[in-house]
Order: sequence, then C-alpha cells, then structure tokens
Amino acid sequence: MNDSHQDVFDNIKGTVGDVTVDNPKMRLSNVDVFYGEKQAIFDVSLDIANNEVIAMIGPSGCGKSTFLRCLNRMNDTIPTCKVTGEMSLDGEDLYGPNLDTVLLRARVGMVFQKPNPFAKSIYDNVAYGPRIHGLASNRAELDEIVVGSLQKAGLYDEVKDRLDAPGTSLSGGQQQRLCIARTIAVSPEVILMDEPCSALDPIATAKIEELIDELRQNYAIAIVTHSMQQAARVSQRTAYFHLGKLVEVGSTNHIFTNPSHELTENYITGRFG
Amino acid sequence: MTEQTTQKPQADKPASAPKKDTTALVRATLARRYAAEKRFRIYGIVAIAASLSFLAVLLVSIFIKGWPAFTHTFVKLNVTLDADTLDIGPNPSSAELRAANFASVIKKSMREKFPDVKKRKEKKALYSLISTGGEYQLHDMIKADPSLVGKTIDVWLPADDELAAVIKSGADLSKPENIVTRMNEQQLGFAKILKEAGDTKTGFNKTFFTAGDSREPEQAGIRAALVGSALTLLVTFLLSFPIAVAAAIYLEEFAPQNRWTDLVEVNINNLAAVPSIVFGLLGLAVFINYFHLPRSAPIVGGIVLSLMTLPTIIIASRAALKAVPPSIREAGRGLGASDQQVVWHHVLPLAMPGILTGTIIGLAQALGETAPLLMIGMVAFIVDIPGGFTDAATVLPVQVFLWADSPERGFVEKTSAAIMVLLAFLILMNAVAVLLRKKFERRW
Repeated sequence: MNDSHQDVFDNIKGTVGDVTVDNPKMRLSNVDVFYGEKQAIFDVSLDIANNEVIAMIGPSGCGKSTFLRCLNRMNDTIPTCKVTGEMSLDGEDLYGPNLDTVLLRARVGMVFQKPNPFAKSIYDNVAYGPRIHGLASNRAELDEIVVGSLQKAGLYDEVKDRLDAPGTSLSGGQQQRLCIARTIAVSPEVILMDEPCSALDPIATAKIEELIDELRQNYAIAIVTHSMQQAARVSQRTAYFHLGKLVEVGSTNHIFTNPSHELTENYITGRFG
Repeated sequence: MTEQTTQKPQADKPASAPKKDTTALVRATLARRYAAEKRFRIYGIVAIAASLSFLAVLLVSIFIKGWPAFTHTFVKLNVTLDADTLDIGPNPSSAELRAANFASVIKKSMREKFPDVKKRKEKKALYSLISTGGEYQLHDMIKADPSLVGKTIDVWLPADDELAAVIKSGADLSKPENIVTRMNEQQLGFAKILKEAGDTKTGFNKTFFTAGDSREPEQAGIRAALVGSALTLLVTFLLSFPIAVAAAIYLEEFAPQNRWTDLVEVNINNLAAVPSIVFGLLGLAVFINYFHLPRSAPIVGGIVLSLMTLPTIIIASRAALKAVPPSIREAGRGLGASDQQVVWHHVLPLAMPGILTGTIIGLAQALGETAPLLMIGMVAFIVDIPGGFTDAATVLPVQVFLWADSPERGFVEKTSAAIMVLLAFLILMNAVAVLLRKKFERRW
C-alpha cells in the first residue's frame, strides 16, 4: 500500500448508512479476513435480507468477492485463510457445531464468475445436488426437480430436447443459467453470485438479470458485480467496498443518486475503479 | 495480413518529434526471424526423420530375423507303429506309453527310406535330421487314438533345427559348398533327396506358441514366458494402480502443505529415479528371505515391479489431478458436496485419462524390465507353463535374454521372434489403454 492509498485507507472510518435490516436472513458483524499475514477484510458488518438483492460493488481487489465467500464458508478451502467475527444464518452461528459446511452450502448456494458446469449431461448437472443430498426419493420426483429448476432458470425450453447432451456443449449464457438451475435445484435459502455475468455477452446478461429479479421472490440474493449499471438494475440495496473496508451501504436508489461518502461518489461517477 | 498492417500510411502523424520508423525497423528484423523459424522447423523434421529411420531399421531387422521362427519344416516319414518295436503290450497304461521306444520306430522308418545307409556314423547323421519332438508327436498321436498301434501311417514329423534352417532359407542344395550350416555334406545329401522327393514341407510353427523353453531350438516356445509376463503384470497392475491413485489423491487433494508432505513428495520423485536392480535386491531381501515367498514366482515379480512402477503412476496421477480446473471443485463444494464426493464424482473422472496414460507408461516399463527379476530368480529355465501366481515362471524380456545367450543357431530367430511377441503384447496393452481412455473422455 503506497502513501496515498494509506491515507485513503485511514480516512475510511466505519460504514456510512445502516448495515442492519429488520428480520435479517444472514447477519455478519465485525468480520475480519486474513490471507496469511495479509488482512483482506477489515471489520465489516452487513445484513442480508430476505426477498432482496444486495449488490456488492467496488474496485478490483477491494475484498467484495472474499466477503461473499465468507457467507458459505468457501474460504475454508484456502489453507492460509483465517476468518474472524460473528456470522449467522437465521440466528444460527455459521461456525457453530450444528452448521456443518456441507449443510451450510446446501442452504447457501453459490454461482461463480465463470460458468462451471460439471462434465456430465445437462440433466445430471441439475440432478447432482438433489442426488447427493437425497432430496428426491424416486426418479419421478427427481425429474420434477430438474425440470422445475430448469424452468425457473429460464433454460428449459432451450434444452428440453437434449437433456442428455453434455452441459459443456451449451453456450456461455446457457451454461451460466444451467449453473443457476443447478443451484436452485438444492432449494437453498440464500444464493450468492460472484460476478455471474462477467463472462457473458449483453443478451445473455439481460436474461440472467431478468432471472435474478424473478428469483428474488423466493430467495435472499447477494451479488458481486463490476458493472454499476447491473447493480442499479437488479439490486434493492447496494454495498460499496474499498480497500477491504465497507464504505457505504444503502438503498440502491440512494447510493446511485445521492451517495453520502466521497469515495462512493467518486466510484459511481467513474473517477476511479 | 502482416503486409497490410506494416504498410499502413503514416502521413497523418505529426512530423514534429523525430520518430523512429517502426515499419522499417520491424521489416529489417523480419528476414532474420523467419529464417530462425525455418531453421528450427528443419531441426525438428531432421530429428523426427532420424528417430523414425532408427525405429524402422530396428523393426525391420527384428522382423526379418524373427519371421522364420513362426514357421517350421516337417519331414514326411512312413512309420510302422508295431507294438514290438515300441516295446509296449496290448492296452498300454499311460506310464508304459510314455516309456515306449518311439525313437526306434522313427529310426527304423528312416533306415527304410535310405536303405543304402549302413555305417554306424552315417546312421547317426541320418537320425539327427529329425527332432526329438517327433517322438512326443507320435506319443500324443497314439495316446489320442490307441488303435493306431500296429498300423503303418504317413506322418509329418518336425525336422531338426539345422535341417529346418537350410530348407527354410531356400538354399540350393546341389551346391552344398555355398550353404552355411553345421550339417555335414552327407546330411546335406539326405536333405537334397528328401526335398526333391517332396518329403519336406514348411508350415506354421504351432510349437512356438504352445511350448515352454527347451534346450532344442525347434521345441522351444514362448508360451511359458508369455503367461509369466501376463501373471506378473496382473499382480503389478492390481497392486500399483489402486495404491498409486489413492496416494496421488491424498497428496493432491487432502494432504496439508507442510514439511512432511514436501519430504514425501521429494522421496517419491527420487524413487522414480532409483535403478531398478535395487528394487530387485529389496525384493530378494524382504519378500523371499524374510517373508519366504516362493522364488521365481510371478507374485514376487509383480510386487517388485509395482514398487518400481508406483512412483511413475503417482507422479502422472498427481499431474492429471492438478490439471483438473479448480472451478469444478468449487462448483461441487458450492452445491454442498463433501471433499470426498467432489473427488470421486468430479475430479477423478476428469483426471482418469491422464491417470491411465501414466499407468500404461508404468506398466510398459514393468513389462520390459529384466534386472530386478534376475535378483528374485525369474531368470530360470522354465519348461512348464506357469499355472498360477506362485509357480516358477519367467517373463518375455528375460526369455529374450536367455535365448540371445544360447549358442544354437536356431535361437537367433527365436530371440527376434520373442521380441516381436513382446512388442505385440505392448501394442495390445496400449490399445486397451487407448480404448479405456476414449471411453472416459466421452464423458466430457
């Protein structure tokens, strides 16, 4: 961190705006994340609400993806990574004895930046989650879950004649919708999306955004995005991260029209980022 | 394409700063760059051509030398299988039959064929034209059909290897001075008479594929070594494949990165470079002298070869596992699959083609290995086809070594033929591996 960075860093004192909501789905308070010696997240508190899309924006390397990965403990797989702070899902401690990572990830699903379908058929991609968790007791039930998930992801009509085709044979946008269908199939309560459209063209992006808006009815959704337009289009609340700190949180409308913090304003208006 | 971009007009550029002319500078280096590229391509082609021609010379010389071993010459004799000459009673037991004097039956029929031969030395020269394998053939015939006793029949009996070599070479028997052979002039005379009477024929050498080793080249076969190799490799595969894959999965997917795993990794890499004879000494000391496993047995050979093969498969499997994109693991974990499920359901199927390639390289190495097997006694002279993992056995490369060491001329062609069988075994093994790999790759 050079001097000007250090100054900016020191000047971020706490978070502007209300980080809490009534009746939160997930509540994170005072979260610090370390990669070995290096601290990536500094004392971040944030609530994730039901039936709402929260967008996390900020310049590259600001820690928004790292923060997102705390929500389903994906950082556990990185040996040097250490997470401290209080995190809960429906009031249950994420690191508590009753919340195994397998169970947590079944309840908090994740869609990744790059579409990553399994090397299996479209059907098996979607059926995989229900199969390992034993969500369907027979083939008919499984079929129902698969078809339902594909329909919710808006992919069913495009692939209904070739459910046996490999998932990797689809186009990029279709693959990403397949990954969303795969996540929905487990019926999670929260869906995390890590830049889900960054590898897609505008038409595919529009379809995914439409889908996110529909999914909001049933799920709590946290999305990390590099595109401010996307954040403005799909989210109800927006959180702005900078240098590992949460600078400002507020309704999307407020953040994009009348940001309170200078850094947020600079980022929104494109002065850096 | 290049031409177009380099010739873009630059007139609209401001002429104020003395700019370097990129186009001219690039163009000046172009010829040199293309020449270097062309040179490199020529080196590559020369290297490939050289290695291909060496391979061609090797294969052609083996093929030319080994081809005659797949055929053998037979001599037609009119034998009278009477019980007196055979020295057997009516309804002989199998022991009696085995002791029967088939040699005298053959000798008698040869004397009848060449009635002029009277002297003892001449007779001996005549008798040596027929292989002792002829006696076994007559024994088998009578055993299969006892009613033959007392009858006079025409049979084709295998020729001695020297006679067979001369007949197979197609040499002109009227000019005996041109023929390189250990047969004397008189024997060549007999050969000429037999050949001109149409009493010799050359046909497929079944013995080579049905018999074990023998001191007589015409009776020596590859079967014992082939079965020995197959049994040994089976043990090697069954031991090394699961152990190596399990070790690779643990090291790559589960083991913490610390000094111990680093140490293990360094040692695995070192083991891959240990001379194979050291593994043979280890096998001798541990498995034979300490655990008292049988000497010369495929089970011990297989264990020793799997020790040698393990590092190769582990290294290849780890590379294959490492090549599976991390996004697949994240996708699995993101859905709530346990680490074990991620490995078994997603990572391993994708790594399987690479693991199989490594396994086949390791097994091919094991198939061609001689040195460690010498230490545990698999260099034995094996006449019987091994029937199990604990029977005394030898393997193909050791058989090649033994035959190459034998003084009889007939073993020269056997040696090359054994190499051909070894290569065929290898190609078959590779073909199976390619098929398996294709099958796994089709799962995307």
